[in-house]
Amino acid sequence: MIEKQILGSHALIQSLLNEGVDTIFGYPGGAIMPVFDALYDFDKRVNHILTRHEQGATHAAQGYARVSGKVGVCLVTSGPAATNTITGIGDAMIDSTPMVVITGQVGAHLLGTDAFQEIDVVGITQPITKWSYQIRKAEDIAWAVARAFYIARSGRPGPVVLDITKNAQFEKVDFEYKPCTFIRSYIPIPEVSNTQIEAAAALINQAKKPFALVGQGVILANAEEELKAFLVKANIPAAWTLLGSSAMSTDFELNKGFLGMHGNVAPNIKTNECDVLIAIGMRFDDRVTGDLSRYAKQAKIVHLDIDFAEINKNVKVDAPVLGTAKDTLPALTEKILPAKHTEWIESFKEYDDQEFEKVLQKEVYPTTGEITMGEVIHRVTEATNNEAILVSDVGQNQMMAARYFKYTKTRSSVTSGGLGTMGFAIPAAMGAKMGAPDRTVCMFAGDGGFQMTIQELGTIMQEQIGVKMVILNNHFLGMVRQWQEMFFEERYSFTKMQNPDFIAIAKAYKIDGKEVHVREELDAAIADMLKDDKPYLLVVNVEMKGMVYPMIPTGASVSDVLLGDEKSN
Amino acid sequence: MEKTLYTITVFSENTVGVLGQVTVIFTRRGINIETLSVSPSAIKGIHKFTITVYSNLDQVTKVVQQIDKRVDILKAYFNTDDELIFQEIALYKLATDKLLAKGSIEEWIRKYHIRIMEMNETFVVFQKAGHYEETQQLFDELSESIGVLQFIRSGRVAITRSKVERLTDMLNTIQEKYGDLTD
Repeated sequence: MIEKQILGSHALIQSLLNEGVDTIFGYPGGAIMPVFDALYDFDKRVNHILTRHEQGATHAAQGYARVSGKVGVCLVTSGPAATNTITGIGDAMIDSTPMVVITGQVGAHLLGTDAFQEIDVVGITQPITKWSYQIRKAEDIAWAVARAFYIARSGRPGPVVLDITKNAQFEKVDFEYKPCTFIRSYIPIPEVSNTQIEAAAALINQAKKPFALVGQGVILANAEEELKAFLVKANIPAAWTLLGSSAMSTDFELNKGFLGMHGNVAPNIKTNECDVLIAIGMRFDDRVTGDLSRYAKQAKIVHLDIDFAEINKNVKVDAPVLGTAKDTLPALTEKILPAKHTEWIESFKEYDDQEFEKVLQKEVYPTTGEITMGEVIHRVTEATNNEAILVSDVGQNQMMAARYFKYTKTRSSVTSGGLGTMGFAIPAAMGAKMGAPDRTVCMFAGDGGFQMTIQELGTIMQEQIGVKMVILNNHFLGMVRQWQEMFFEERYSFTKMQNPDFIAIAKAYKIDGKEVHVREELDAAIADMLKDDKPYLLVVNVEMKGMVYPMIPTGASVSDVLLGDEKSN
Repeated sequence: MEKTLYTITVFSENTVGVLGQVTVIFTRRGINIETLSVSPSAIKGIHKFTITVYSNLDQVTKVVQQIDKRVDILKAYFNTDDELIFQEIALYKLATDKLLAKGSIEEWIRKYHIRIMEMNETFVVFQKAGHYEETQQLFDELSESIGVLQFIRSGRVAITRSKVERLTDMLNTIQEKYGDLTD
């Protein structure tokens, strides 16, 4: 369909509409002004959210993408705006989040001259994107946008940057939009190999103690039901990575909990006891594996992944299965035999009991002393009937949330896993609420991370985004403090924080809130927070020197779990 | 750990910035590129990189996978020297008077298969093709006896000993599946 000549800026918006974009997180500026001017004409069709910082726009787009499965879109200007997006782009890359970031650029005739607000965006972003491309003329716009969205959402998703020069925004062009469905140098989804399926099934069928590790690949492939069918058929217990959380509902009988450094005891211990380890859409991150030389050495490893570069990257694999979990899981389910592993599954219980007694009892169900982080998470999730979306920041709050938040629905967990970006939570929660407006979004952050993107309270005010924000305030950079206590002889170097009156700040942004000091006030405050769909800030003053246990220290084996009672032994 | 010289072959689309995408993958792991040669391949629109690095099998495998997975890369693979026929080319600029003072150069020309590219009153340019050790040996000998004014050596170019061209295989498979190969 050939339309009449239109401006490049209009062609860009029109292309985004063709890709189904209805929400953009952005911030205007000189080199992107023509596009913002065009946006003025599309006011009814595109909802543009003006964030307070470009980093906020990227995290909001990530939150939006993670809960909705759609591509998150950012629109910012050149130079400092572009560099402000780098953290979010890197975060989306390592966490496989589909995102398209459009940055303005100086006119093509000025490229390479150190012009005002010129920076080499493509050069900077190439190592941290799936694709980064500079559009220098209007006629490339439709082609580049189509390609960008195809690359961002297909295969293993990731961020794409389009750097568009100002002249391309001003030029006139015959607009014709053709979606991209094929790039010859790029095979997003490997075809399922029957040989690989047979080999994996053979290992699983002879397993006495199979154990599955569930990663975000399952969620990205929308393969939650396929996963369940697979696990149920052969009665395989499973645990999840940080980004794989909510792929299985918490009460699913074969869900054995959280893996890794602050994960549950049983799944970590059982990793080194199983005979066949089945990794599904996860990448054996060092926070999951601990010391690789002592990781699952006794087991045969089956690895299902969409990305061939993940196979054998960290752990040597006996049976790789390439493809999307949506295809590979059903193919595998067909070939595996029904089985019962009752005794093996029951053997997890001993460690669950131990963890309950030594950790949960005092972290989640304390009756005396100061409020703990774990009990706040627990009470919030219960108050939402475990139906809410969790958005967490980074550090102790994140690990506590991962451990104690519960899920009944998939795509309910948004956190910065790979990059560990403090300041992620507020903007990501905004984006999550925009991406799932009918759901409750509960955000947890520490007092440190909250202040890294605190200016986004302005966005929340302006757009009335109904996020439920909880600060777990311990007046410390808690995770660093925990490490200082454990590994640096309690030398608390620059981790203590004097904090502002967060409620007063929220009030200045016209956001309701409450501050809680004692346990008895907690439930009422949570109820107050959840009573409607308005933004809310709950500040909970928790114990200052709280610790996240269990813990597998860096470099230790997954069998060497600390429970926090070691000192007294 | 023992390191081997690996030759990495990369086929890419001819787009701006592909070289950067490839090199940062080495930079991330702190691997030095020993030689690099880039030119259009036998297939129109596709460029071929030949890169040599000292590495070990585990590392080179991962690096090549990470290169291969980039969107603009068609295919990347690696070989050791025994699987390849490879060559480098070197140019040596020498002072004419010193060369003449040396007397006969027939022995050098025979021994090293030297081609003379240019000769004038002030300088002579030798060209020698061969493996690194061979071009280096000539350099050492010339430096020692008459001195070398300028010296340049190209990156390695290489072709495999196997009958199959992996890229052609891949393109054929894609063609069967998708028909049109044009992007």
